[in-house]
Amino acid sequence: MKKIRLFRVVGSFAENKDLARDIRIKRIVPALENNEKIILDFTGVDSATQSFIHALISEIMRRWGDDVLDNVYFENCNETIQKIINIVVEYMQEA
Amino acid sequence: MRMHLPNSAFLGNIDPFLRTFDRSNPDVLEVSANKRWISVHPVVISMIAALSLGIRRSSCEKLEAKSKHYFERMGLFKFLKVDSGMGITEHEPAGRFIPLTQIKTSDELTKFIKDMIPLLHLSPNHVEPIGYIVSELVRNVLEHSSSKQGAILCAQFYKKSNTIRLGIVDCGVGIKKTINVSHRAKTDLEAIRLALIPGITGTTKKEGGTELNAGAGLFFIKSIAEVNRDFFVVYSGNAVYKLLKRDLARTIKLHADPFKDRHSKGEDYPYWQGTTIGIDMSLDTKEEFTSLLDLIRDTYSQAIKERKKQRYKRARFI
Repeated sequence: MKKIRLFRVVGSFAENKDLARDIRIKRIVPALENNEKIILDFTGVDSATQSFIHALISEIMRRWGDDVLDNVYFENCNETIQKIINIVVEYMQEA
Repeated sequence: MRMHLPNSAFLGNIDPFLRTFDRSNPDVLEVSANKRWISVHPVVISMIAALSLGIRRSSCEKLEAKSKHYFERMGLFKFLKVDSGMGITEHEPAGRFIPLTQIKTSDELTKFIKDMIPLLHLSPNHVEPIGYIVSELVRNVLEHSSSKQGAILCAQFYKKSNTIRLGIVDCGVGIKKTINVSHRAKTDLEAIRLALIPGITGTTKKEGGTELNAGAGLFFIKSIAEVNRDFFVVYSGNAVYKLLKRDLARTIKLHADPFKDRHSKGEDYPYWQGTTIGIDMSLDTKEEFTSLLDLIRDTYSQAIKERKKQRYKRARFI
């Protein structure tokens, strides 16, 4: 299980899509390719934009399908962040 | 080009100001002003500042209005590169306004948001939507406008109405050109409509968007304004879409199609090369950001289902 602590990279407001893409490409995708499970730890992150969450996870859902959600866990998300993640996860599955 | 700072121009009464914009002689910007009193939305100041970038010469008639110092503090004359002749001491901006700012890179935006939040002295429930609005709108400019000048923005807190008003402007390619990379909008107004529908992005025709774009940013912003019963204006090309204030007594219902919201629109305005966005945000609103997200989730999901349904093959009865 690989834990990725987002606050260190993105700060308390996760809005920089470039950073989201970097985390996905450099850390999430290689772990998934090695069949590792991932924890995205949102400790210290107070809020996020839909664009940030989209840049972080939409491509892995497109590449591995909805089942990738069995290998990616979202930890210590407040209510706002949980809801934004749910929006992105839902529209990616409905699309 | 010519712009006139009128006596009053806020989002509710901005149309006359927009219609006086004169695009002739595009190398030069001349700014004139009401002689007695000028009180305008930050979007007006952002528009003038944005126009002043990348042109040969700007000029501004000597302001006589009592409120002239406001424009000095907002940094307008620095953008115009004209001497205002006002030797005022600049006030500490905390809690009052965000002066004109130009943002050209993603990192500049991240730094700006970090610095901006303490300046506005907002309560935590207002920090979220304001940060959200600025981030999404400026990122739209950086990613889609192809403007070398980036985004120009400023904001002002109005104590009397307990409202923050914000204007974000670019002089890039405009919404129609961006949307038409993947869709077919015949007019600027149709392009604005498509850009406000959740799940439609200029970067792809595919549902779900690309790895970096979902086509949801402007829909989220419009939804924040709708839930807060605030004005929201988009001006691009010769079209203007304005989300109007909603009756407080009516229950909140978000629409995927912006033309189903209470709005006004027109497509006979002077051509704006780029995109201008103005938004008001009342700080009296009790609606929590998380409640808004529930509404957005339902509306977004419904919009995708309806679009998918439109693509279903139909049984042919002969």
